[in-house]
Amino acid sequence: MSTERTSPVDAATGTIGNGVSYLRTKLEIFEGDRLGQIGLAILAVFLFVGIFARPYTIEFLNVTIPGLAPYDPTERAVGGRLEGPSVAHPLGTTDMGRDVLSQLIAGTRVTLLVGSLAAFMAVFIGTNVGLISAYFGGWVDDTLMRITDVVYGVPFLPFAIVLVAILGSSLVNIIIAIVLILWRSTARVIRSQVLSHKQRPYVESAQAIGAGHVRIMYRHILPNVLPLTFLYAAFAVAWAVIAEASLSFLGFGDPNMLSWGEMIYNVYTANAIREAWWWVFPPGIAIMLFVMSVFFIGRTLEKEVNPELKHQ
Amino acid sequence: MGLRAYVVRRVLQLIVTFWAFFTLLFVLFRMMPGDPTSMFIMDGMTPEQREQRIAELGLDQPLYVQYVEYLQQLLTGDFGQSFIYNDPVIDIITVRFMNTIVLMGTALVIAYVIGIAFGALMGWWRDSRFERGGIIVTLMARSSPEFWVGIVLLSVFVFWLGWFPSSGMRTTGGELGGGFVARYGSLDFLHHLFLPALTGAIVYLATPTLLMRSTMLDVLNADFIEIKKAEGLPERTVLYKHAARNSILPIVTVAAIATGAAMGGSVVIETVFNWPGMGREMVSAVNQNDYPLAMAAFFLMGSVVIIMNFVADLLYVYLDPRVEYE
Repeated sequence: MSTERTSPVDAATGTIGNGVSYLRTKLEIFEGDRLGQIGLAILAVFLFVGIFARPYTIEFLNVTIPGLAPYDPTERAVGGRLEGPSVAHPLGTTDMGRDVLSQLIAGTRVTLLVGSLAAFMAVFIGTNVGLISAYFGGWVDDTLMRITDVVYGVPFLPFAIVLVAILGSSLVNIIIAIVLILWRSTARVIRSQVLSHKQRPYVESAQAIGAGHVRIMYRHILPNVLPLTFLYAAFAVAWAVIAEASLSFLGFGDPNMLSWGEMIYNVYTANAIREAWWWVFPPGIAIMLFVMSVFFIGRTLEKEVNPELKHQ
Repeated sequence: MGLRAYVVRRVLQLIVTFWAFFTLLFVLFRMMPGDPTSMFIMDGMTPEQREQRIAELGLDQPLYVQYVEYLQQLLTGDFGQSFIYNDPVIDIITVRFMNTIVLMGTALVIAYVIGIAFGALMGWWRDSRFERGGIIVTLMARSSPEFWVGIVLLSVFVFWLGWFPSSGMRTTGGELGGGFVARYGSLDFLHHLFLPALTGAIVYLATPTLLMRSTMLDVLNADFIEIKKAEGLPERTVLYKHAARNSILPIVTVAAIATGAAMGGSVVIETVFNWPGMGREMVSAVNQNDYPLAMAAFFLMGSVVIIMNFVADLLYVYLDPRVEYE
């Protein structure tokens, strides 16, 4: 228990103080963990680039914040065709004379969007399924776990390709396809964790004082499994980003939302891999760095969730 | 619950899972864009021919009748005619399936052999520079999508060094032998196989490496290792005979699951290297609205995943007698 919380002086600022100290304890786990710090730093750069990719106009102040992308990523012939890196185009141009650096910057936003939305939805569904399944047991558990088994039997890419062919290639449909598969691992892990928590005295005492099912599940058990949820959210982000990139590479990406995977698809279909290294390498390296940063952060979280790993 | 009861229960679950998967396929492919009749009908048919064709395919029947017929056809391996090839789907897909199995099988064997050895050494030399470097390299490989690894290998070994062919499974005009060995054993084939298999191996390497490392760390903390060291056995003997051998158990089940998952990965690797396997066939079938072929490919990939998950569960209880059947 922190002392701030009980001090009457801090009563007014208590909530803010608690929030800050909570954040500080969260960041403390990265202390002395070099890989985790590197992961946070890389992720911060991607976040910055993604947020400020395109210009913003604040209407009532009449101010425009310039975007990081030097050109419109979809505008043709801002430079020559398939030009190598130059001062005007640090990463060269595409076969249609588009600026590669601008495409890379714009693609960051798509990646962040897919990664965060898909992971959030998948982990939200997975945690609820796991929690409800383990808490109620019996036929509820049986039904939910058989559904999970079936989802485990569906290979992702074939499923996503067919689903996108049915619903159309849009970012929303891609996220739906990812979420429909991705929730399964969280559901299984959270279920087994809740099964062990269900037996503990604190749940029994909550029942004894007459707490309802919903209250016990979400106020008492959930906070205890939340660290594991965060860990699986990190893995889910990594997985979702790779999944979107793979789908886009296969040509099933959203044609209006240029992503890194789609950039590589464009190089591939333009038959330009052989010459245009400046076009194919940046998006690939970006995907790798992004996913790596999430894995590094995940490793740090994992040590927190499973303290035994700390001593290894 | 004893072992026998567990197996019976697991087999029942397998059947339910398969049934659900079949149903999912039926629903998905009935939802494919366009009127279901239009995709089975060739252009230039008279209305009578059209009616007749619809009746032939059973598409004038109510949906539940179609569903039952569909299940019967799947169970007898009848997947209909391919539109693009105009051949029975089953003939096309068996050849493609074999090509995929050879490619992904090679990739997985390489990944698991190297991964187990690499992971064991990482666990053995813990806190060394080797271990830290190994973890970073492994995580890098794991962070790269299959197509990206494939493209890097293509750029380096094909376009830059010119050591390997860029695509396909054999040189065009090359002799096509009849038997399995002639087909998959020729030097030309192995030359084509190298890069796609290496791509798969790099991508699948991370899981066995990291798992082997962490189980090694557990095993190395066990008392019997101390005893073996105290007995004066050489380090190498303790590492291989005692520590590594006891750490392999969890890898076996993971390998079974990975084999299933590799079916999905084949889609991307085969596309990069133009490998004539099931995954690439599925992508082109969907793009060209060849639904019977796409469905058969999806069906096979899903079946392998389901069966391998089943095998993994059985191996798990069979190999580790301490497991409780729940």
